[in-house]
Amino acid sequence: MSLLIPLLDAGTQAPQHHPWPRAELDREAWTRLTLHLAGGELDLLGLWGEPDRVHMAVRAPETGEIAAFTLLCPVGTFPSVGLAHPPAIRLERSIQDLFGLTAEGAEDTRHWLDHGAWPTGTPLGTPSAPPAHAYVFLPVHGDNLHEIPVGPVHAGIIEPGHFRFTADGETVVRLEQRLGYTHKGTEGLMQGATLDHAGRLAGRVSGDATVAYAAGFARAAEAALGLTPPPRAVWLRALMGEIERIANHIGDFGAICNDASFAIMLAHCSMLRERLLRAADACFGHRLMMDRVVPGGVATDIAPAGVAALHALLPDFRERLDQLVDLYDSTASLLDRTVTTGFVKPEYVRRFAAGGHVGRASGRNFDCRKTPGYAPYDALHFEVPVLEEGDVNARVWIRIHEMRTSLGLLNQLLDGLPSGPVRAELPAGHGEGLSLTESFRGDVLIWLRLRDGRVERCHLRDPSWFQWPLLETAVFGNIVADFPLCNKSFNCSYSGADL
Amino acid sequence: MRRTLLESLTRRPATEPAPVPDAADLAALAQAVDGAARRRLGRSLAIRQVDAGSCNGCELEIHALNNPYYDLERFGLHFVASPRHADVLLVTGPVTRNMREALERTWHATPEPKWVVAAGDCAATGGLFATSYACHGAVDTILPVALRIAGCPPTPTALLKGLLALLQG
Repeated sequence: MSLLIPLLDAGTQAPQHHPWPRAELDREAWTRLTLHLAGGELDLLGLWGEPDRVHMAVRAPETGEIAAFTLLCPVGTFPSVGLAHPPAIRLERSIQDLFGLTAEGAEDTRHWLDHGAWPTGTPLGTPSAPPAHAYVFLPVHGDNLHEIPVGPVHAGIIEPGHFRFTADGETVVRLEQRLGYTHKGTEGLMQGATLDHAGRLAGRVSGDATVAYAAGFARAAEAALGLTPPPRAVWLRALMGEIERIANHIGDFGAICNDASFAIMLAHCSMLRERLLRAADACFGHRLMMDRVVPGGVATDIAPAGVAALHALLPDFRERLDQLVDLYDSTASLLDRTVTTGFVKPEYVRRFAAGGHVGRASGRNFDCRKTPGYAPYDALHFEVPVLEEGDVNARVWIRIHEMRTSLGLLNQLLDGLPSGPVRAELPAGHGEGLSLTESFRGDVLIWLRLRDGRVERCHLRDPSWFQWPLLETAVFGNIVADFPLCNKSFNCSYSGADL
Repeated sequence: MRRTLLESLTRRPATEPAPVPDAADLAALAQAVDGAARRRLGRSLAIRQVDAGSCNGCELEIHALNNPYYDLERFGLHFVASPRHADVLLVTGPVTRNMREALERTWHATPEPKWVVAAGDCAATGGLFATSYACHGAVDTILPVALRIAGCPPTPTALLKGLLALLQG
């Protein structure tokens, strides 16, 4: 039975929202919606603001239906979603910081993105005074506990964020994250931008997932304008997306092992990654394929030399990967570090609707290439790996399975690549679009409203929003020295979630 | 394990010849790095990377410098965990306002002589984010910059050329 149809009927449907409907609700229906989320009947896909309203995108896991809902906030407040459904808490704190809209009854009202350093508070709403008081971490009580503050500048070459550990001897009893350091104001810069410029910004929300973001932005814009990009462009996007997935997974595979001091794996994996990036460069003229996916299609067709480079690389890549997987699986001292470490409860993964390897290693079978699915994946054969163990080892294995799947997809994509143009002219129209795109990290949600061919408002929700909080649970009871392993096995994006 | 190790012993190294630094980079550096300081450093530079708000694209390519193809450490260049051990801060990102304090504190924790390399278009010019309410823009609005490495992100070869210029300039 459909949950969403009665809710959509209870509101006023937006006329030009594609491909899924959006309805404006009253407060009573909005509250009903939050209770469905809390009851586990709906997954939260995103919660974002505008100066006078909040939007929410949800999915019914039973039926696969997706819809967006809107609540007008004439007095600058809305009934809290996070109060009943914790995955919304950080999103509400961000809405408060950017737009000045307050979640009524929310328990945690501390600032999230706003660290008191911007020229004004609530920069995307009515500008206000920046927060004056210092950030307060949640208190931890107990005997013999000590705190370990880490960051925002970390010891390695990684993004900035602050981790506040509370440890009992060597054992972590609590972790509190404080993020927002890389907030660049991307959504603010998008307002009024041309589609090309906004697409470039979307490709820099999280650099490691630049193809997925650019494709997600393009798909949302094309949905809003009712344009179907040429088939060759759609296949090339998938080709780039799968190269990006393998490149990230092989890098993570090596880096996770390196965090257990098994450096030989990092050396071999980083060589495979380098060879793949060079092939990507040969195909599309950029190692990370930045700015190659654009609204309307792709910016460059694949170079013949690139096709040859991929054909030459793929069989060897697969063979060397098999060899490295054997090495991983037969090194007991390494498995000793990854098996049972950093366990994420399947119940949490379901509640947070966590995507990517974090979700799939804890039993959540969701990959938006399959459901709701999008072109060209409906024409390709692939399996979505799911494991139940939920530990670092399971997240490594999900990556291994996905790399093998993606290598198969690359062969299918190269063999079946349709001929024809790679870019279509975009009409300068109005409309709203929503897209879900599977990055290597999980589902990226992008919503936008276009007016006269420009972006009026765009929201980009990284998969990390629903994974970061689970990392806080995963390190519980682990030793401090295993945090890098847990963290790398998640590999959440700082920039993606900070925006 | 045995097979992987044996193969590594019998195969030729993957490491590639060093790129030659650009003349323009060398000329720009002549004033920044004076001879006395260079003599004190010898042929070694300790690098502390600071992400001042990048999209993480630059970090991916900086990581690649450590892979066997580029093998940064053969040049005496190596990444260190603390600014107190560093000669060079390799800064990426459009210096978000939320990262300014951390960047400045990292700079103050670095002993003299020290240099800042702004890696990537965001750090060099502010990039697409120069006009944002949340960013300061180029790193040189906050710290003195000795060298800029362009690119979005700069390729490992471009990064290597820049860092070698710092050693040889």
